[in-house]
Amino acid sequence: MANYILRRLAQAIPQLFIISVILFALMQGFGDPVATLGARTPPRQEDKERLRRMLGLDQPMYVQYLVWLIGNDWMKLDMDGDGVPETPGQRKGILRGDFGNSLVTRRPVLEMIADRLPNTLLLMLTAEAVIIVASLAIGIYSAARQYSLADNVITAFSFIGFSMPVFWLALTLMYIFAVNFKRWGLPYLPTVGMFDPAVGKTAGELARHLVLPVATLAIISIAGYSRFVRSSMLEVLNQDYIRTARAKGLTRSQALWRHALQNAALPFITIIGLDLPFLLAGAVVTERIFAWPGMGRLFIDHTERSDYPVLMGILMLIAAAVVVFQIITDVFYSFLDPRIRLA
Amino acid sequence: MADVAVPSPAALDSERLSVESMSLPRLALRRLFRRRSAVLGLVILGFLTLVAVFAPVIAPYDPELPLIGIEDVKKREAPCIHALGCPLDRPQHLLGTDGNVRDFFSRIVYGTQVSLFIGLTTVSASIVIGTVLGAVAGYLGGWTDNILMRLMDVVLAFPQLILAIAIVSMLGPGLQNALIAISLVSIPAYARVVRASVLSIREQDFVSAARALGASDAHILFQRILPNAITPLIVQATLGIASAILEAAALSFIGLGAQPPTPEWGSMLGAERNQVFTAPHLVFFPGIAIMLTVLGFNLLGDGLRDALDPRLAQSGVKVKA
Repeated sequence: MANYILRRLAQAIPQLFIISVILFALMQGFGDPVATLGARTPPRQEDKERLRRMLGLDQPMYVQYLVWLIGNDWMKLDMDGDGVPETPGQRKGILRGDFGNSLVTRRPVLEMIADRLPNTLLLMLTAEAVIIVASLAIGIYSAARQYSLADNVITAFSFIGFSMPVFWLALTLMYIFAVNFKRWGLPYLPTVGMFDPAVGKTAGELARHLVLPVATLAIISIAGYSRFVRSSMLEVLNQDYIRTARAKGLTRSQALWRHALQNAALPFITIIGLDLPFLLAGAVVTERIFAWPGMGRLFIDHTERSDYPVLMGILMLIAAAVVVFQIITDVFYSFLDPRIRLA
Repeated sequence: MADVAVPSPAALDSERLSVESMSLPRLALRRLFRRRSAVLGLVILGFLTLVAVFAPVIAPYDPELPLIGIEDVKKREAPCIHALGCPLDRPQHLLGTDGNVRDFFSRIVYGTQVSLFIGLTTVSASIVIGTVLGAVAGYLGGWTDNILMRLMDVVLAFPQLILAIAIVSMLGPGLQNALIAISLVSIPAYARVVRASVLSIREQDFVSAARALGASDAHILFQRILPNAITPLIVQATLGIASAILEAAALSFIGLGAQPPTPEWGSMLGAERNQVFTAPHLVFFPGIAIMLTVLGFNLLGDGLRDALDPRLAQSGVKVKA
């Protein structure tokens, strides 16, 4: 087992390296980051050149990539443009945990991500928990009562839920539970941010602000996932060993919970496991609508400014998480299903 | 969202009896029409196609023409329908007017053209590229396969929307670039489907026979193998159109896709999203239009999967005990 994990991790290194090279090359296609730095007054030409030199943007791409990867604290830089390198470099490179500094805010990228990641994880993990519980409950229920009225209604709703644009659902929920509830004098939900400045940072405030974005994310995913649970349950319920279990005297629900669920849960665990790393990326659209200060907004705000160190940091974090979670999912799966041997 | 089709025993018998005399495509078509969801999907898509084709006839106004000075209407006016009691001296706007005093109904109608165009072009582009890559990778195997599939893994290591946003930002906002971005990020799905089919088909006897007859690699791949790999591709493509339309709408909503004044549903919604409090009709109707279109493709795709799924066809239909 340890051998298997080590080998998978070793295979992941070239994969991440290739991803970083490709992404870095793509980043060169972005607009000139310096062009957007001058606020209202566009910077003068010589200021632009000085800025580029200070940010290392005047170097050829492979040098910039190497600096990003392994840093430049082992060489001297020519900061004043007189052709004589004299200033020692400061960067350590991503391999030593230095993700570089944002071109826009000048803050370390890692610090900016650390600011946003807890917010995103709070939002996404809450949503994911709701999704898992609700999809299992709905999926098992409708599989156990296949083609009943309830099953048909659930099917119809899941098709509609699955086809809804997430931004439309978000705005509709806002309209119902914030606008109209307020109008009708009911307890209404807040629509933007994580806290109400007038109330302060309390857990209750946070929970109230979580409801709408979590509901938005959950409703759409539950629609798809509950169908997935339903069809894997149905597949298992048609197997011979379920009939055997029933024949030896188990009740329907005993066969369902003791034998069917264990096997039907396996594919569900796989898709959840492969889903988890993407949670780091946050939800671009939902975070934007509900003004949730998470990773999705960080990503899109800095895409607009061509702030490539931030984008590289976020994307590499996601890629690394994807690789790690693929391994975790495979290992976990082999524990749950003894028929699978890791080789 | 695969479903196990369980027709009544009588239906099973009649199918078994008539199978012998029917060609495979006809059989699939018959199975398709027997599924209520697929028929509903076809009806929705047929309706939308008619709306798109006859948009100039249906829409009472030019979708991009502000009505300032032409009619006595203000911006973001609520829907005015004469049949529902709107005073007859007011100009009729079935879905009201938007922030630029344009007839919202006409914009929604013309949006059908844009959405169907988006769905069909992106998916055609990614199918062609994905099929070629997947077929070559699966047929040649070895290093070619390894390199191509590792490239696909790079794309799959990111959420589709994140990657699409990055690509559009690089190319510059606009509908055309959004289409390119969505096509690029959906290539791996098709490449994987085709590769898997090619891998299983290339080992079959009729392929060896073609090779023994001296057929070239290209002939075997494109004339013998690919026609047999097309079934899962059709299902994937239909569901792919649904997600491509959703993604394009999301990109437009953020402001990276279709630019005003193009009547694109996602960007119409994005432009008026802060008006959900004052003019909710400007937010609801484009969303419902997107949902209906996506629903049509999802229903059809689901029905196609049941009708074409070779596993169901081979193993017979399982009736629940």
